[in-house]
Amino acid sequence: MFTFNEDRSLFPRHDEKGKPIVDVESGQFTKIWQGPIHPGMTGNMSLELTIQGDEIMDCVTHVGYLHRGFEKLMERRRFIQCFPICVRVAVPEPDFNEYCLASTIEELSGIEVPEAANWMRTLLLEMSRLQSYLAQMGGQGSSFGLGLIGQWTIWARDLVLDRFEEITGGRIYHMHMPPGGVRSLLPAGFVGRMNETLDEISAVMEEVERVLFHNSVFKKRAIGLGYIDPNWVDEYGITGPNARAAGVAKDVRKDNPYLMYDRLDFDVHLEYESDVFARAKVRYRDILTTIDLIRQILPQVPTKGEFMAEVPNVLHWKIPYGETYKRAECTRGEYGYYTVTDGSGYPRRINVRGPSYTHAVTLMEKMAINLNIADTAGVMSSLHTYPPEVER
Amino acid sequence: MEKFKDFKKRTVIAPDGEKIEIDPMKDYYCDAIPTPRKDYDKIPGILENFKNWARSESLWILAYGSGCGAIEMRPLMTPKHDAYRFGIQWRPTPRQANLLMISGYLSVKTLRIVVRAYEQMPSPKYVMGLGSCTINGGMYWDSYNTINRLDHFMPVDTYVTGCMPRPEALIAGFDELKKIIRAGKGVGADKYAENFAWYKENQKKILGDVGLPEYSW
Amino acid sequence: MKEIVNRLKEKFPVTAEIYQRDDLTFVTVEKKYGVDAVAYLKEYEGFTHLVLLTAVDWLEEGEFQLTYLLNNPKAKHDIGLRVRIDRETAEMQTAHHLWPAVTTYEQELNEMFGISFPGSPRQGHRFILDEAWQGPPPYRRDFDTKKYSEETYFPRPGRSKIDPSEHMKKKLYPEGM
Repeated sequence: MFTFNEDRSLFPRHDEKGKPIVDVESGQFTKIWQGPIHPGMTGNMSLELTIQGDEIMDCVTHVGYLHRGFEKLMERRRFIQCFPICVRVAVPEPDFNEYCLASTIEELSGIEVPEAANWMRTLLLEMSRLQSYLAQMGGQGSSFGLGLIGQWTIWARDLVLDRFEEITGGRIYHMHMPPGGVRSLLPAGFVGRMNETLDEISAVMEEVERVLFHNSVFKKRAIGLGYIDPNWVDEYGITGPNARAAGVAKDVRKDNPYLMYDRLDFDVHLEYESDVFARAKVRYRDILTTIDLIRQILPQVPTKGEFMAEVPNVLHWKIPYGETYKRAECTRGEYGYYTVTDGSGYPRRINVRGPSYTHAVTLMEKMAINLNIADTAGVMSSLHTYPPEVER
Repeated sequence: MEKFKDFKKRTVIAPDGEKIEIDPMKDYYCDAIPTPRKDYDKIPGILENFKNWARSESLWILAYGSGCGAIEMRPLMTPKHDAYRFGIQWRPTPRQANLLMISGYLSVKTLRIVVRAYEQMPSPKYVMGLGSCTINGGMYWDSYNTINRLDHFMPVDTYVTGCMPRPEALIAGFDELKKIIRAGKGVGADKYAENFAWYKENQKKILGDVGLPEYSW
Repeated sequence: MKEIVNRLKEKFPVTAEIYQRDDLTFVTVEKKYGVDAVAYLKEYEGFTHLVLLTAVDWLEEGEFQLTYLLNNPKAKHDIGLRVRIDRETAEMQTAHHLWPAVTTYEQELNEMFGISFPGSPRQGHRFILDEAWQGPPPYRRDFDTKKYSEETYFPRPGRSKIDPSEHMKKKLYPEGM
């Protein structure tokens, strides 16, 4: 049996760019596809792996299985018609799409959003963040064989979705933030029920902390796995928890405060080990921050007042020539919309900047090298990649 | 096309020096086309009724989220909705599954995967279309990369409408599918075998001839 | 922001500048200075984070607009560097030596807009579209996605379109205006 006892990072030979020199025709290597039908993939994408034994020598990410051409479809729809389809770009947390698109349109057409609507938007975005983190936590556990974590967190996520249903009427897609404001304020008695939900989730998170972060299987496999060098953060465009776990304080909520985040009190959590365990820890503490933020926001949301600004007739709405970029901090990193208008009733171009674009393709290809096949699922879910925002 | 460049014929030398001819397109797939069961469209007898009951009570789903509807599958596995109590469970490979859930729109690239997965599943097999996009394209009716009608590429037993369907709607859809199977009408695989040429023609119109073997089980 | 643009102006001829927000500026440079200006902003002005690279199709003017959106993580502001290139030749110098992620962006632009970046790895390789795709680059504005879909994907008959303004007119004023 072939064993390699020397420095593994030197095997196989690398060229000057750090990419391994692999000659597939030599017969020493096997090429396998991981995905798209594979329980360890974080969605509908695939990795083309070149392996020797159990070790990955080369990795190419293949995406495009979920491509619907949103950016093309939005070019032939009116601004208000873009709303129902833009939320479908990122399924786990669609509200960030609504917010980014609405805010670019508001900026380009000079609409001032009422304060009550801004509070509502902040609340919806934080709730969205909470449910997305909970889903990711379950996936992170499942990828290392701890299926129980998923059972708990997905159950807790359903509680948040129930609260969403109360406000917006939808479970997954809410479409609650059209340009100009929000569609409604909080229903009666919502604050009490939301606080109850947060209590329940806090209780679940305490148990998750005990079961996940003190689990010897998870510790043994996750510590030291999937290291991200802090120098890669700028080089590869890493944002969000992946950067924060590497000790780089990147959080759009603090750096470029949007909505009401400059009036809220919260900290950016950093870890320095930069492995799968550290990233899970950053996310865990982010969940606690989010719960705390929602508790801060709830009493401040006005119960009555103006929540929708005056907007033109949406069927004849023309926006003058201009372009802008708006970003928000989603659970995976920096999420942004780049909108170009040309004076007609239709957008000239809308480009979605999803954090997975660099995480899932360039970074994953780099990190997969010298990994074991069994660990790819854990590393992928720790990067929190989500394919639809790569290909839109 | 570059994906299939490795599929060319080649000679491999085994460790003991023997030369082996390999033709991946022949070795990995069987191109014998499927045949329908005998008398599948007649009224079932007692034995067949019993088999249909057994089939309807063990729906094993291929755990493949081909579209956004997949996010509502996960809550089905948790205690709140608990689909396992209906004999439904998720399997990682097509060889162990008999229900293919098309969870939403199908892009061309996914259609290629889904067709292969469907052909690899053992018969009798059922297809359930989730969401409006499998019926008429739904929200993506004018998109250049998503198919509009699923029933042109594989026989569909039942649809669940909505964008996206709620978990409760999915459970109702499973119930409907069970009724269809128990009544002996879950004959999608036989229909597929009977109209094989038509389905293949539709698939090839979109997917081309590249890398799509005649039949892959 | 103003000082950065002024310093950029000394090095490269800037043809247009738009101050969109306090923390967001768009500047336009000529094609031959494009990548050099990006490299200058990255190396000397601290714009080390590439937010996005995308193209806008100005069909009527026969030009593509490439936008390199750069972010300065320390000063926390953005600059959008815009380059107009000819739509017929559709060629631009590659910037993949500056950030590894640019390779992916350039691969996507090559596939979806038909803009070529000579020297960039993975040019001409499929990224998003299927192997069997035969149509033109789909993000170009002269590609009609509705027509393509109707011809290719067996549309289900019976879809009717109601013009919203006509519909509302009829509903609100049934007797006519």
